[in-house]
Amino acid sequence: MNAAPTVKDIEPVKADPRLKLIAAKIKKENFKPDSLIEVLHIAQNAYGYLPMNVLKYITKALHLPPARVYSTVSFYHFFSLKSKGDHTCLVCTGTACYVKGAQAILNEIEKTFSLRPGQVSTDNKLGVSVARCIGACGLAPVVVLDEEVQARASTTEIVEKINKMVAP
Amino acid sequence: MNRQELKTTIEAEKNKLDLQKTKHRICVCCGAGCISSGSEALLKKLQEEVETRGLEKDVEIIPTGCMGPCNQGPLVKFQPENTIYQKVDCNNIQPVVQAQVVENKPIENMLLFSDSRSKPFVNAKDDPFYKKQLKIALQDCGDINPEKIKDYLSHDGYQALDKVLFEMSPEDVIGEIKHSRIRGRGGAGYPTGLKWETVYKYVSPEKYMICNGDEGDPGAFMDRSVLEGNPHRVLEGMIIAAYAVGANKGYAYIRGEYPLAIKRFELAIKQAKKMGLLGSHILGTEFSFDVEVRIGAGAFVCGEETALIASVEGKRGTPKPRPPFPAESGLWGKPTLINNVETLAGIAPIINKGGEWYSEIGTPKSAGTKVFALAGKINYAGLIEVPMGTTLREIIFEIGGGMPGGEDFKAAQTGGPSGGCIPAEYLDVKMDYESLISLGSIMGSGGLIIMDKSSDMVDVAKYFMEFSMDESCGKCVPCRVGTKMMFDLLQKICNNKGTRIDLNRLEELAVYVKEASLCGLGASAPNPLLSTLRHFKQEYENRIEKEI
Repeated sequence: MNAAPTVKDIEPVKADPRLKLIAAKIKKENFKPDSLIEVLHIAQNAYGYLPMNVLKYITKALHLPPARVYSTVSFYHFFSLKSKGDHTCLVCTGTACYVKGAQAILNEIEKTFSLRPGQVSTDNKLGVSVARCIGACGLAPVVVLDEEVQARASTTEIVEKINKMVAP
Repeated sequence: MNRQELKTTIEAEKNKLDLQKTKHRICVCCGAGCISSGSEALLKKLQEEVETRGLEKDVEIIPTGCMGPCNQGPLVKFQPENTIYQKVDCNNIQPVVQAQVVENKPIENMLLFSDSRSKPFVNAKDDPFYKKQLKIALQDCGDINPEKIKDYLSHDGYQALDKVLFEMSPEDVIGEIKHSRIRGRGGAGYPTGLKWETVYKYVSPEKYMICNGDEGDPGAFMDRSVLEGNPHRVLEGMIIAAYAVGANKGYAYIRGEYPLAIKRFELAIKQAKKMGLLGSHILGTEFSFDVEVRIGAGAFVCGEETALIASVEGKRGTPKPRPPFPAESGLWGKPTLINNVETLAGIAPIINKGGEWYSEIGTPKSAGTKVFALAGKINYAGLIEVPMGTTLREIIFEIGGGMPGGEDFKAAQTGGPSGGCIPAEYLDVKMDYESLISLGSIMGSGGLIIMDKSSDMVDVAKYFMEFSMDESCGKCVPCRVGTKMMFDLLQKICNNKGTRIDLNRLEELAVYVKEASLCGLGASAPNPLLSTLRHFKQEYENRIEKEI
């Protein structure tokens, strides 16, 4: 039988401030297993993705079977098990953006940077991904570069901005 | 806070608003669309501008929610004249302030739609874009600061809650909602009053109220705008619903892709709690209700109610067979009421003005108004709210200003991946639940994508099938395997390699998947395919001809 989790269980091993953030959330949620997704959100925001050691830590702290945590992480698009790159380029492929030419932008990005959605450049500088709809359909097509929304994106403009973004 | 204190606060806020009527109130749209176009920097610049001119006493600047025409942003509205300026930025704000506040003479060539109308309207309410609309759910969006509860109170906020708690029994509330004939705005159109009654009838010490803000349809941003523009309205709807069915705990499930909506809703919860409108013993009564926000993690299927419940419980969002319906056994096995954001936003006005008033709007079978997110190949993309039964033609050509470059209209896609395409010959269809179903589409949550001849309908069907294939949760075989098979066949046809056999197989599969899938996702996944096959069969034929 597993003993009920205690504060001691989640004491971060190393002094990683990000791990402390997660520990604080777990404490706030009172170690409830149903807070898993909330905790994963905090971890994803802190690290940019979900490293395996962090997942192990959450598994232990919430007293959940590892399979349950892994299956939840892999189910939701929002969670990523891989680093998304230092800089991110997110192309919205919602219906409005699709009608207004999102595919052309993706093709140009693939041509210029040899990166397809879901891939990260070998130097980890740039990650390309797609979103199903970011809800800014009035501004279609939309590309998000490092959290900044580019409205009515044109292919050349986006490539230029990515070049500027990844330049050292 | 008790009832008397709430009344006093509301009166005080209303008086304040009256006093300000003579002065200028500048609303800067801070909806997601306008923020992306730079309205936050504009807000700052405007404040500086007003300060350097020493106008602070006469001018009140407030950030607001979505005003509607998102692709003309950033938008700035001057009250009380109701004059809207479009595409305002940090460089051209100075002359606008000078003209509007100091000289009281609008700059015509910067007014809303000035680049496309020969004579733009000084009072935006006269513009056909707004004239044809009737705003109920979006009523105060664009007029109030969504981050201030007092702004909401000054616009009759929480008066419906007050009325419900002190003058009505739960049965009365349900009766009023039933009388209004409002139907669920999430897409399926189930009568809201009936849903409430069902949950109310189950006896359980624990019941839950969930607000479904997992707006996953690509091309839809209604819930986002309501949550961002007037979060208190949704919260008030939740509290009233909880009172009616006897729930004491609520969850607002909001998409992770909408950080601003999450932030503003959380703020609204905090403010309401502080004023005693939420929490234990609301307004000094015996009724207690608490709300928590749950952030969605990007799974389209979580818009389905049983999948959403699994997600709130912290699990994979896979649906369960119904019955039992959530009304009987929902969150943690307890009776649970789930309503969409837009439905909840309509509750307070129904209580305030009566079910009779609401039921007279719209068509006999679909009462009230519907918010649509107008996007794609259209001049004025954005958010609109019209009475049910408004024709598609009115929406596209009168409100939306027609197609860019005078292109011919080809099709309108409604209901996202669960809906279908309406071709040009049905432009005069009345937009209500039944009419859209008869055309092989659905109302859905309200995404309305306009397409011209540059859109290839087979490709459109493929696009939606790819979406459904990706988003299928994998629990049941018809949906998991069927969507993949249909996608492969569509891919083949798109590459001009399809044969007549493929086309027949596609039609056959669509029916199987529709009938055998476990939840709404699979049952509606073939809709875009079936509707394009029905209305644009020639395009499929053109693709396969060469092979035979």
